[in-house]
Amino acid sequence: MGFLDIDRVTKSFGGLKVLHETDISVEEGEFLVLVGPSGCGKSTLLNMIAGLEEVSSGQIVINGRSMNGVKPADRNIAMVFQSYALYPNMTVRGNISFGMEMHGIPKKEREKKIAEVAELLQISQLLDRKPGQLSGGQRQRVAMGRALTRDPDVFLFDEPLSNLDAKLRVDMRTEIKKLHQKLGTTIVYVTHDQIEALTLSTRIAVMYGGYVQQIGTPQEIYDNPANLFVAGFMGSPSMNLFPARIVSANGAPAAEISLSDGRSAVLPFAGRDGTGEEGREITLGIRPEAITEPDGADRKSRAVHVVDSRVEITEPAGSDIFVVTQMGGKDVTARFSADVPVKPGEDFQFAINMEKAVAFDPKTEARII
Amino acid sequence: MPAPTANAVTARTGEPSATGATRAGIHWPRVALYVILGLFCIYYLLPLYVMLVNSLKPLSEITAGGMMALPGEWTIAPWQSAWSTAQVGVEATGLRPYFINSLLMVVPAVAITTVIGALNGYVLTKWRFRGATLVFGLLLFGCFIPFQMVLIPMARMLGLMGIAGTVTGLVFVHMVYGIGFSTLYFRNYYAAFPDELVRAAQIDGAGFFTIFWRILLPSSGPIAVVCIIWLFTNIWNDFLFGASFSDFDSQPMTVALNNLVQSSTGVKEYNVHFAGAIMAALPTLFVYIVAGRYFVRGLMSGSVKG
Repeated sequence: MGFLDIDRVTKSFGGLKVLHETDISVEEGEFLVLVGPSGCGKSTLLNMIAGLEEVSSGQIVINGRSMNGVKPADRNIAMVFQSYALYPNMTVRGNISFGMEMHGIPKKEREKKIAEVAELLQISQLLDRKPGQLSGGQRQRVAMGRALTRDPDVFLFDEPLSNLDAKLRVDMRTEIKKLHQKLGTTIVYVTHDQIEALTLSTRIAVMYGGYVQQIGTPQEIYDNPANLFVAGFMGSPSMNLFPARIVSANGAPAAEISLSDGRSAVLPFAGRDGTGEEGREITLGIRPEAITEPDGADRKSRAVHVVDSRVEITEPAGSDIFVVTQMGGKDVTARFSADVPVKPGEDFQFAINMEKAVAFDPKTEARII
Repeated sequence: MPAPTANAVTARTGEPSATGATRAGIHWPRVALYVILGLFCIYYLLPLYVMLVNSLKPLSEITAGGMMALPGEWTIAPWQSAWSTAQVGVEATGLRPYFINSLLMVVPAVAITTVIGALNGYVLTKWRFRGATLVFGLLLFGCFIPFQMVLIPMARMLGLMGIAGTVTGLVFVHMVYGIGFSTLYFRNYYAAFPDELVRAAQIDGAGFFTIFWRILLPSSGPIAVVCIIWLFTNIWNDFLFGASFSDFDSQPMTVALNNLVQSSTGVKEYNVHFAGAIMAALPTLFVYIVAGRYFVRGLMSGSVKG
């Protein structure tokens, strides 16, 4: 039993099942991010934790107490919304104090708490303004301030950064992380942005089509995706996924890929014996940073293989340069160090770190290797 | 910064020929536009002018044929007569008691209808229930039932409720007819109001009415103005219900004005009639002048979007 338990929870709207049976256990102080594309059920799950929607079956337990039938206000949770949801007719002070007022906290105590929260979020000078007079980032702070007054068991964030511009988003991301480290409150955070998920969380639940596809630490999710969806969704630029075939090389399984000029290359998987699966068609997954120029390859890796391939496009990105070439008939992105003199149209050596390679069944999309 | 100044000076020396020409030459299309607009203005304001000047002159000047002329002898006697002494129906009470009847009818009817409309709009958008769309459809349908169709059933209803022939009865009738419109206005306004605000308030611990009272209603100014103007104008100006469902002592202003004009025996006191007609129109005019500025804003902000 964790601090927040999602126990065999499902949700249907009429005949439409938007969330299939889901079990997640969150420990106290964890930062869990629910990530996935639109319509994957992540917001529905968050709303059920908040009590804004009823569970169709199963139960949600917070701090040992079953939440079935408990009103949102009595769950000891706080929520920050995507649109901030600040009451437009009230001042910042009014917005922050409203929840406390509804819970019958005396005025003196409210004032003290408001001052405290305003101090923490550096919004003291904004207390008498209306939300309409605030910038996006300031509104975001106020929304968090409102949530903070509650000393909740669980903080819920519903895509809180998606209305901010790119620069501010990065700043606020850091602030949320700082806040979490300072307060140590359990957080459930919904986003469709996989970078937010990777940077903020202590654990990630990747959701798609009403199912939790994988749950684990950011590192686990990134390095060991459970299936093709997770592999393609997490990481930017995304993982290269291209067709290959399993062959046997010196008694160990290897992936045979076709190159642009009609040749093929055999890349043994690292640290695996025996095959029995020769000839099987697979989807090979290799992240861009595992395909580099030969000098830039991971020196600790014992499975770096160099292949020649034609460079199609180069995309300089400051510290790195992304090089696109063809493997297995698909565009494949490699990540070179910025000072490598690589030109489109020329053949170049690509070093592939097979320790980081994964493989999926193209039909079931499940992980094989 | 000497350089920009120099530039500005040269720019200005180059300019006068161009601007001077347009300023000196007359812009004919624009003149024509203003002339036409002016004519329309006069055309529309003429009736008001006629009413006003004729309500301020003695009857003899009107019967002498000077409808358009300014009064030779200014007098407020027709206004005093219309207000407190003129023969309305069988009694010489002037329009005052009926003006009060109309106020007693319009204020509660508008207030209650607006509040119920706001509540309906709130429920129909933020607490959607099964069949909400159907309920809203039926309410809308209610807006478009011709008044004549409900006269007899309504008379029966008012009789059963024991409020036939009273101001209360009129308030009820106007409420029933007004709720469809007020609901339409508020529903469309609240549809554009973010649901997340209601959810946030729920998490903050506010209940159904607290959310309505503390969050939605304070933000409903523009649409409330639209609704109030609409209802006020309609209810104040209504004649059919007033004539059908009132007794002598509960007649609204419109019916009394009709009686004033129709029932005068002997000489028709046109100046008194004009004064009475202006009195009947003043409250709606007043509402427009006070709140009209918000009217357009309210129409733009909510009810147009669906």
